[in-house]
Amino acid sequence: MNVLVALGAAVGVFAAGMAGGALGLGWLFGVVIPGLALLVFLGGLAVKVWDWVSTPVPFRIPTTCGQQTSLDWIKPNKLENPHTGIQALGRMALEVLCFRSLLRNTKAEMVQGRRLAYRTSLGLWLGAMLMHWSLLVILIRHLRLMTNPVPAFVSFLEAADGFLEIGLPAVFVTTVTFLAGVTYLLARRFTNPQVRYISLAGDYFPLFLLLGIGLSGVWMRHFGKVDIAAIKELMLSLFHFSPAVPEGISPVFYGHLFLASVLLAYIPFSKIAHMAGIFLSPTRNLANNNRAVRHVNPWDYPVKVHTYEEYEEELRDKMVAAGLPVEKPLEKE
Amino acid sequence: MSKFDEASHYRQEDLLKIDWRPPKTPWMKTPVDFRPGTYIYPGKAKNLKVLDLPNPRDWSVEDQDWKLPEDWKKRVLDGMADRLSKYRSFKVFMDTCVRCGACADKCHFFLGSGDPKNMPVLRAELLRAVYRKDFTALGKIFGELAGARELTTDVIKEWFYYFYQCTECRRCSVFCPYGIDTAEITMMGRELLGLLGIYVNWVIEPVANCYRFGNHLAIQPHGFVDTLEFMADDIEDVTGIRVDIPINRKGAEILFVTPSGDLVADPGIYTCMGYLLLFHELGLDYTWSTYASDGGNFGLFTSAEAMKRLNAKIYAEAKRLKVKWILGGECGHMWRVIHQYMDTLNGPADFLEVPRSPITGTVFKHARSTKMIHLMEFVADLIRHNKLKLDKSRNDHLRVTFHDSCNPSRAMGIFEEPRYVIRSVCNHFYEMPDNTIREQTFCCGGGAGLGTDENMEMRLRGGLPRGSALRHVQEKYGVNMMAAMCAIDRATLVTVADYWAPGVKITGITELVANAMVFTGEKRRTRNLRGEPIPGMELEESETTTVEQGAAIHG
Ligand code: HEM
Ligand code: SF4
Ligand code: SF4
Repeated sequence: MNVLVALGAAVGVFAAGMAGGALGLGWLFGVVIPGLALLVFLGGLAVKVWDWVSTPVPFRIPTTCGQQTSLDWIKPNKLENPHTGIQALGRMALEVLCFRSLLRNTKAEMVQGRRLAYRTSLGLWLGAMLMHWSLLVILIRHLRLMTNPVPAFVSFLEAADGFLEIGLPAVFVTTVTFLAGVTYLLARRFTNPQVRYISLAGDYFPLFLLLGIGLSGVWMRHFGKVDIAAIKELMLSLFHFSPAVPEGISPVFYGHLFLASVLLAYIPFSKIAHMAGIFLSPTRNLANNNRAVRHVNPWDYPVKVHTYEEYEEELRDKMVAAGLPVEKPLEKE
Repeated sequence: MSKFDEASHYRQEDLLKIDWRPPKTPWMKTPVDFRPGTYIYPGKAKNLKVLDLPNPRDWSVEDQDWKLPEDWKKRVLDGMADRLSKYRSFKVFMDTCVRCGACADKCHFFLGSGDPKNMPVLRAELLRAVYRKDFTALGKIFGELAGARELTTDVIKEWFYYFYQCTECRRCSVFCPYGIDTAEITMMGRELLGLLGIYVNWVIEPVANCYRFGNHLAIQPHGFVDTLEFMADDIEDVTGIRVDIPINRKGAEILFVTPSGDLVADPGIYTCMGYLLLFHELGLDYTWSTYASDGGNFGLFTSAEAMKRLNAKIYAEAKRLKVKWILGGECGHMWRVIHQYMDTLNGPADFLEVPRSPITGTVFKHARSTKMIHLMEFVADLIRHNKLKLDKSRNDHLRVTFHDSCNPSRAMGIFEEPRYVIRSVCNHFYEMPDNTIREQTFCCGGGAGLGTDENMEMRLRGGLPRGSALRHVQEKYGVNMMAAMCAIDRATLVTVADYWAPGVKITGITELVANAMVFTGEKRRTRNLRGEPIPGMELEESETTTVEQGAAIHG
């Protein structure tokens, strides 16, 4: 059910874009909607991040995954249990760039019906790395369509990415790895019984969007041979804030662009906001130096406590009888 | 016939029939099954009253009507809004989970029960679904399709069941790509339940006791003195040394605080005897306190406010007794509070000095703000400087493994100090498998206030991963002793080991230290602190009589 809704929605988005293109609504689907999507993305994410950033961190609660910094002769694990801000930055870099925590992943097994064992399980890590890194490279490659002259690093990346020189135009490595990554993540959602059980429509939807974007992109480059010059003309005009919609752009392009626009606008309101949230996770981005540097809770308030005086008042006779010193002597009867 | 609150009621074959595949019905449509042995009795009205907590009443989990206040729904939603505006952790964790499932089979309760709502991600979704419904745009528009769920009394019951089936161990957080800590979410969930007067008695009674008497067990000052004196008698019996026990002594250099479990429960008491012997031998200028007679803090399992209310006594007492710094005993959750919360909650401790070992001169700079160090940091430093006279062979009959307790592991990172100490006092030390120790350690199954007998089925299930790893080293290396620096562990792991790895006993580390220590003026050591004969140190024929006479005199 969740799958079908998500698939239906993604297909619908693509079809709507195609139809728009075919019906000559180039202005709407090529200019207005992408522009709005970008605004929603930027504005929405800014609001989201501001919302997080303006929420206090009352306690310093890093999850420690290595030896603490304590005695001089015991070697601390600076990346898994950072003691300074710089070290915490290093930990964050590992998380963001290498998905460090997913590298720990294991799969539990019951051996001979009585013993638990844990096998390293790196599928998720690999699938996630392929998808995200390829996506980043693909996005950078897309700058070719939005710049004139094309910056050197974009051309360089493109050349490197196409080094296999298979096919004409050459197949990019990241095209393959991106589709492989997305397909794996989708397949995992279908086949892993626990993951399937927890999946919402909102978990399938972005994956279908990504898959749709990828497949329509491949079709445009390798099969449909769309008019790239016209598309670049459109993109350049957008970035010069003087939009002009050239004739002869394939409807598939509008499908592709509408999928991307929907994804972009969807990000701030969905789990894809993790792209910003990951930087703000208090269990990862704080140094574990709690006993060395005091952390202040901005909304701290006084609480009712049971003071020593109240304690002694209630128990003084017993304390005296037990030979314990007291602050106030026992009153004589 | 054994009852559901006894381990013998459960057959291993039955508990091992675990199906990790989720049921056909979606989780929102699968009702909770309140089966005896899997839930904890509600907090009694009298305990709520001691603490001025809302809606004190006596009720039962099986009741249809939990006697919630009229405006229960508003209280919960307002409480959620309040916490969302106060805790970035809560908000970010609500928003960022991608349901990748990396955390799913990392929770001991899921591994041991197969109940999908014990997957950390679903435990969190219990709250997140309500969050979506009332706090997010997509949830408001698309409702159930977006994973949103109406808050009903059934949801409250489900929260109660599953937030008290989480030991706040943080293992899931280690594996989550965003560090989402389901323990943090459980803490929020428990606070929200608390707004309706829903607590479990196993937590809230200790909190009430601790508030009034300074410790969870309601040990009063004279009882405290007697308990330690009894220990001194037993110590004299096996070592021939009479230790002195300074209590509530003003002007001492160090205040010593340890969990009250060490005072009463076997085998924690032997660790406590170890503390007394160690400090006596060092001639430490220290004091116990009857007011701050518990470092343990079940407030952590109740609310940030309760935690603060209970923990205040430690600095207050340090100030009153005019000590220079504080030393903390072997405890798990106490160290989460001391390390990650105390300074923020009750500090600044500017009236204390940076801890400095009077024996070695080492200055513990890493505790320069909190002014409190862990006993294992203190002891590791002593051993490193050759300040303890040790005869490791006295522990040669033990083949020891070490259970990393959740809180000191994942909320502090004290891994090497205890290992260094154990290796220094034991010749035979073996690690459990890598995925079950250090930051990946498995919970005892009874932390965070779940270690009560009426919860026996869940404790045994939750203890399975730990028990299984223990059984492994028992079979492979002949391990017969598991050390743990946590008072809850020393109570709950006994049950877990007896059930899943029978034959393995539990000990604190200081007990091992004291058994290996050669004390000034000690008599010939033939028995350990448990009063058991030490193999290889048995008496010669001629000596037996005198010692037996001695023992008879002592009692
Ligand atoms: C700073 C940037 C980002 C970081 C560090 C990051 C990190 C991660 C990590 C660690 C995961 C979990 C592994 C997994 O389930 O694949 C994940 C999942 C995911 N990410 Fe990202 N991400 C980033 C940006 C993005 C962007 C820009 C998108 C798409 C527009 C995206 C889409 C997704 C999707 C769809 C999933 C879920 C995959 C699944 O369903 O299994 N991410 N991300
Ligand atoms: S590992 Fe983290 S992101 Fe993945 S399902 Fe669990 S809580 Fe969510
Ligand atoms: S904190 Fe521990 S008990 Fe709670 S969900 Fe995570 S792994 Fe399970």
